[in-house]
Amino acid sequence: MGKDKRITEWEEKELAKSLARSPERKEKFSNHGNEEIPRVSFPGNMDDKYLSDIGFPGRYPFTRGVQPTMYRGRLWTMRQYAGFSNAAETNNRFRYLLDQGTTGLSIAFDLPTQIGYDSDDPMSAGEVGKVGVAIDSLYDMEVLFKGIPLDKISTSMTINAPAAVLLAMYIALGEKQGVSSDKLQGTIQNDILKEYVARGTYIFPPKPSLRIITDIFQYCSRNLPSFNTISISGYHIREAGSTAVEEVAFTLANACTYVQAAIDAGLTVDSFAKRLAFFFNASSNILEEVAKFRAARRLWAKIMKNRFNAKEPSSQMMRFHTQTAGNTLTAQQVDNNIARVTIQALAAVLGGTQSLHTNSKDEALGLPTEDSVRTALRTQQVIAFESGAADTIDPLAGSYFIEDMTDKIERDVSLLMEEVEKNGGVIAAIEKGFIQGRIETSAYEYQKEIEKRERVIVGLNRFQSGESIKPPVLKIDPEVEDNQVKSLRQLKAKRENKKINEALSVLKDAASGSANLMEPILAVVREYATLGEICNVLREVFGEYRYRG
Amino acid sequence: MPGSGENMTVKKIKNRVLIAKPGLDGHDRGAKIIARALRDSEFEVIYTGIRQTPEEIASTAIQEDVAAIGLSSLSGAHLRLFPAVVAELKQRGAGDIMVLGGGIIPDDDIVALKEAGIDAIFTPGAPLAEIIEAFKEACDKFYGRKQTE
Repeated sequence: MGKDKRITEWEEKELAKSLARSPERKEKFSNHGNEEIPRVSFPGNMDDKYLSDIGFPGRYPFTRGVQPTMYRGRLWTMRQYAGFSNAAETNNRFRYLLDQGTTGLSIAFDLPTQIGYDSDDPMSAGEVGKVGVAIDSLYDMEVLFKGIPLDKISTSMTINAPAAVLLAMYIALGEKQGVSSDKLQGTIQNDILKEYVARGTYIFPPKPSLRIITDIFQYCSRNLPSFNTISISGYHIREAGSTAVEEVAFTLANACTYVQAAIDAGLTVDSFAKRLAFFFNASSNILEEVAKFRAARRLWAKIMKNRFNAKEPSSQMMRFHTQTAGNTLTAQQVDNNIARVTIQALAAVLGGTQSLHTNSKDEALGLPTEDSVRTALRTQQVIAFESGAADTIDPLAGSYFIEDMTDKIERDVSLLMEEVEKNGGVIAAIEKGFIQGRIETSAYEYQKEIEKRERVIVGLNRFQSGESIKPPVLKIDPEVEDNQVKSLRQLKAKRENKKINEALSVLKDAASGSANLMEPILAVVREYATLGEICNVLREVFGEYRYRG
Repeated sequence: MPGSGENMTVKKIKNRVLIAKPGLDGHDRGAKIIARALRDSEFEVIYTGIRQTPEEIASTAIQEDVAAIGLSSLSGAHLRLFPAVVAELKQRGAGDIMVLGGGIIPDDDIVALKEAGIDAIFTPGAPLAEIIEAFKEACDKFYGRKQTE
């Protein structure tokens, strides 16, 4: 029996094109025994359902992955989220991670930065440098990236409400390094809708927030073609306690809201859709998680093609980052967390993620130490180089269980998305508390199962051992806040305030009108205006969002 | 027990508590679960929502006439913010309101927080039953003190 001609067709089209662009990591992938591992396995009989729902890697509906060679071509990006205290300390951790083989940077900002307050704002008291690095101005960005050339790395920034400002600082930093904006690679999270329901770092009301996001899409489509303009995130929705189905449904509903807003603002879908990225959680139920990733990819492709008329395959592809589930980590018997992270990371890889952060075992106790961060990275490297999971594509396809589960998740997600629509769409559903209510109920039910020991958490509600030794945790020196405030005041004293005030008033006019905000923000950032100064101007025009749940 | 004969004659004071999120941390899964669990245990619970200053929390607690406050912070700002709530209460003459706290809080910090007047601290994995019991005790203490005044 010869090869199915549909496989040959895929090999001659998608696969050949991909291999011509970049070859696979090895000439031959083999086991111990030198037997060749197939690139991808197919059913003996490819029926219509297989062809329409599962298909081929790198081809619509992308159930089997977004690239024709997946990890045989290039491994996922091992991207560890890091950042704490000041820019200089974080710069040290970045260089350490790069030395250890991490392949992309991911910046954690402190809460004042995420909510657009300067370090000396009364609202910032106690929070400066705690959950991430404090960035007040372009000056801090220069310190953060000292010795790290922006054209050699890709940088992911977990920043939402003030994403435009941090992106502008990154562009301005590139200018200083002599790297033009079209060479910049990375991602800004820029996903405000999930902040209203799960993570809480909103500043402005939904409408002006969507306008800023659309302005970023437009600016980047012209000036930063390799930058992911948004990372639409289910991660935090899941961390807040949602189920897997709710995670995907609310994320895709948010995604549709962004796409529609951009189309309504006059952008054509194929001009921005290929720069949309996603971010999911990988929890411990490995089979459900693998099915979740496959279902999310397939459903998004269908939505982009059928609802939004996206023509280019790259506009239909769901590319996503994954982080292992922080909420599953226990403070008891912390070493058990390494096992949890391994299972979760494997789920992400078997589900076809494009990049991955593995949590450190000590994150239920505090910020991770350098040692535990290294073990977390090593876990990814073991999966990549030892497990064989990266040698063949979508190996769980065709499992009766996985395919049934993939179909079921896709169906349930669609139904829940319809329910959001019936509630008037995402923004109305947020204002009614529908989305928050669903997440809270799921979180509470889960907790009750743990309390009743119907759900076993090893070391927590079963197999406890009275351990008393607590591992060391990383502490942030309380002087960090004082020093950051001091350095900010020094900067403010030596700037040219006249220029800054002029640039801020240009920004204010732009915000009051309908001009794209990126240029005026870039102009103030270059003058070393602070994040707080910029956000306060926008607060005056847009107002602040308050939710009383 | 609710509905038992004794309670028909003596009007029982309902335990009234405030759950609050000081600072900028938006992770309120824990706070909301505690609020719900307390409600299911017959407490009257007010939840402030996220991003409250210590001043706001103290003044809400007094306005709402609560016996105890449960503070939640996962951002590492507890050493600054929890004692600030206690100080604000004292300043307003409401130092008798009990203050409990929870979050990702290292052991060393627990000692410091107790010295600063936080009555109990709970860390990840603490059973709900234990937390509810602590709120009951806090309320008993508060209402007991009120009666002897």
